[in-house]
Amino acid sequence: MKKGTSVTLTIDGKEVNARAGMTILEAARKAGIYIPTLCHNDKLEPYGACRICTVEISRNNKTRLVTACVYPVEDGLNVKTDTAAVKKIRQTLLELMLASSPSKTIEEMARGYGITKSRFEAERTNCILCGQCVRYCNEVKGANAIGFVGRGTERRVVFFPEIASTVCASCRECFSLCPTGKLPAETDGVSFTDLTLEDFLGAGQPGV
Amino acid sequence: MSNRPRTTEKIIDKHHADKSELIQILLEVQEENRWLPGDALHRVSRKLGVPLSQVYHIATFYKAFSLIPQGRNSVSVCLGTACHVRGAPRLMDKVTDVLGIRPGETSTDRKFTLSTVNCLGCCAMGPVLVVNGEYYSNPSAKEIKQAVTACK
Amino acid sequence: MVKFKSSADLTQKRREILAQREGKRYIAINASGTCGLSSGSDKVSRAFSAEIEKQGLSGRVEVRATGCLGFCENSPVVIIFPEEICYVKVKPEDVPEVIAETIIGGKLVERLLYRGEGGKRIAREGDIPFYKHQSRIVFGNNRSIDPRSIDDYIAQGGYAALGKALLEMSPEGVLETVKKANLRGRGGGGFPAGVKWETTRNAPGKKKYVIVNADEGDPGAYMDRSLLEGNPHSVIEGLIIGAYAIGSHEGYVYVRQEYPLAVENLSIALNQARRYGLLGRNILGSGFSFDVTIHRGAGAFVSGESSALMNAIEGRVGEPRPKYIRTAVSGVRERPSNLNNVETWANVPLIIDRGADWFSGIGTKGSKGTKIFSLVGKVNNTGLVEVPMGMTLRQIIFDIGGGIKQGRKFKAVQTGGPSGGVLPEGLLDLPVDFDQLAAAGSMMGSGGMIVMDEDSCMVDVARYFLDFLSGESCGKCVPCREGIRQMLRILNRICEGKGKEGDIDLLEELSAVVRDSSLCALGQTAPNPVLSTIKYFRDEYEAHIQKKRCPAGACKSLISYYILPEKCQACQICARECSVGAISGGKNLVHVIDQDKCTKCGTCIEVCPAKFDAVVKLSGEPVPPAPPPGTEVTRSKGKKR
Repeated sequence: MKKGTSVTLTIDGKEVNARAGMTILEAARKAGIYIPTLCHNDKLEPYGACRICTVEISRNNKTRLVTACVYPVEDGLNVKTDTAAVKKIRQTLLELMLASSPSKTIEEMARGYGITKSRFEAERTNCILCGQCVRYCNEVKGANAIGFVGRGTERRVVFFPEIASTVCASCRECFSLCPTGKLPAETDGVSFTDLTLEDFLGAGQPGV
Repeated sequence: MSNRPRTTEKIIDKHHADKSELIQILLEVQEENRWLPGDALHRVSRKLGVPLSQVYHIATFYKAFSLIPQGRNSVSVCLGTACHVRGAPRLMDKVTDVLGIRPGETSTDRKFTLSTVNCLGCCAMGPVLVVNGEYYSNPSAKEIKQAVTACK
Repeated sequence: MVKFKSSADLTQKRREILAQREGKRYIAINASGTCGLSSGSDKVSRAFSAEIEKQGLSGRVEVRATGCLGFCENSPVVIIFPEEICYVKVKPEDVPEVIAETIIGGKLVERLLYRGEGGKRIAREGDIPFYKHQSRIVFGNNRSIDPRSIDDYIAQGGYAALGKALLEMSPEGVLETVKKANLRGRGGGGFPAGVKWETTRNAPGKKKYVIVNADEGDPGAYMDRSLLEGNPHSVIEGLIIGAYAIGSHEGYVYVRQEYPLAVENLSIALNQARRYGLLGRNILGSGFSFDVTIHRGAGAFVSGESSALMNAIEGRVGEPRPKYIRTAVSGVRERPSNLNNVETWANVPLIIDRGADWFSGIGTKGSKGTKIFSLVGKVNNTGLVEVPMGMTLRQIIFDIGGGIKQGRKFKAVQTGGPSGGVLPEGLLDLPVDFDQLAAAGSMMGSGGMIVMDEDSCMVDVARYFLDFLSGESCGKCVPCREGIRQMLRILNRICEGKGKEGDIDLLEELSAVVRDSSLCALGQTAPNPVLSTIKYFRDEYEAHIQKKRCPAGACKSLISYYILPEKCQACQICARECSVGAISGGKNLVHVIDQDKCTKCGTCIEVCPAKFDAVVKLSGEPVPPAPPPGTEVTRSKGKKR
């Protein structure tokens, strides 16, 4: 469908007008319908990592669960943002996140879904790997002072001191993006000139 | 183990400093040096015009790459499903006993690196141990010691 | 090598090669594949070459180092043509006798023949049950090809299908043929290849890519490796035909880094194809141009997922993309890209050569053609087998596979790798078919078929796959990274004897969320091994949790080794072999295992002589108290030391 063409879809029973090329999330926000997000940022390319914006869509009697931040609007699409299945997914995802990152934002969102504590245990990283910091530094600032290393449960965010030491002190724009507050908490005041990449990567072999 | 700038340069030039070839270039640098030295990664980042963060993400994402020098001798145990069913975990126990290091580790004298691999495709020989390209089918502790002692 | 400028040139070359080989016989030995090499086939091959020269037979008898011949349990495998005499487990020292007796003398070397049921020796390859029940339309060609010789491939009809497609058919005609044949993807998804080709062809944009997925990450599956190592031209030919149908001029073969021999044999094949003008500009004078680049993986299972693979080809991290726009429409560099598995591409020349009706005449209603499986695990005839879709699991495992090793009892067969599930004894008569396997809670997958017996613990199987996936998850999305992590924790606890009431429910709860909200198929299918083992072997889970018992006797934390005092004969072997000195006892004294020191390595039960059979494995019950120190052994009647 050609970008910009008019599209009509239904979100939670409400008829919404949108344009081809928009995502369900964009269309919902335009219509004043709330869908929770954690890794989404209007200034950045949609990422699809937290999965919190999962919604139920159906068309021609086929139902699917998709992430609203990435899924493109379609004419005649029927979207439900708050079904029992969707709620269950959000509850469990938040419970999983609480295990490693019991920060204010996560706790508040979790409480909104009836979750006050987590049945799970994980290493306290205080990072949900939403990637907003990495993506912002890459897409908006073009500095790439911060990035991902590792794979799977070893995946984490590190600073590249040789770049960070020249740009971060006067920037710090990623601080306010961090949903867990880890970035400002652990970075504010750090002098990158005294650090090497090895300090971040650790003595072992990351990602193996 | 030192980086060999000229060789990294040659590898980059061979691939025309093409961004799409980043992983292929790193594979050759790894094969050449038995690890990915930091200066090589910086060089690749500069010449390809790829952010250092992307180079490091790739270098730490894939099992083929190592940011620390690997041992002179490579020892690997297959943990594929068929070998698992035929007792690979027990073989791994025997190997770690003999070498004194765990999978993913390199001995402090840089003599051995122990790794795991998922399916070498010789399931009929399972469980399989490979030492520097030599295959051993269900070796006993004694056979493992022999194979390891023969390494330089 | 001169470039072929037309189909006639190719046909002429084929005639020349066949004429040159007239009257010669060849000996096939599986020395060009990894599994063959690992069992010493190269040494046997060299011994043959040396002996042939020594006996003055050069020029009349040729050794052909082929790729995998499928009969892996019996490697090195030798097949003597034209009689098709099959010798198994051949050693270099057997070679002079084979040459003297069989090649020169026309007689069989009985001891090298495969021994069938009842000890009967079988001479002809095609009569061996392992081969007899197969339909090796794709894989069988490995027997007559040295992968480093394009002439071998041409001699047996190779590239004729390409000539037919480029010069006698239109791209749309080729596409229609593949659609009509109903070739479904052999990589695991089972998506109709013709439909994917059509989507790519019709997608807007002039530049399109065709890609071979040779990442084959499922542990226990090595079909694609053996095809690429043993018959790379079959894949190349299929790829060129597909490119023609789709309108693509650039292809990639993405090979996992763990397959260096496949990369090597493929590179040689590509260069030879280029020298003959079968790749490059104006192929066979058709006006169609196409070439291929090899792209190696670097050790990541997730990069075999199609969108992740395409990211890797672009030089970016091989992580999957949220896939709402199909890669057939927007793939590598946002251009239409058609990705198919190695085996899928290898089927294409056959379909063009013999027609869609021939192909769809094989198999079931929904699954046409054949499938190559790696039949491995606790089965007698471990190897690669190719069967028509619709053959039952029982026929594959018992008729072809020869049943369970060491006379143990069949328990389950696992298909579909980490995305698949287990199928119990009650489903042995299930036909191998995409839809039927899926309906039973498993899937066809890429072809791994792991046979398990009574000594395999099903909870451990689930744990094994989740452990594998947790190491391979890219880590980008929460449900996969964190969900699998927590599911693995639960399974580890259960296998360690720390299972709790409610664990099975929690596993099922997490499974649903991981399945429904993960970004890619790795996470979406990760719960399958857990759910299918719970479905068919719930009692094993319950035994682990409630009774702290592992019915298969596999989970170390739940087993104890015990020496039966009434059977021990004080041979002292176990005490000597115990690597941690956990066994006490001396001459004439009953031996006792110190349970605190015991590491459950199982050496004692292995080395206790069968005639005594004094060591047992206990699970879910307390170890009986040790006899008082100084207890003497009970000698069997009349056998006083």
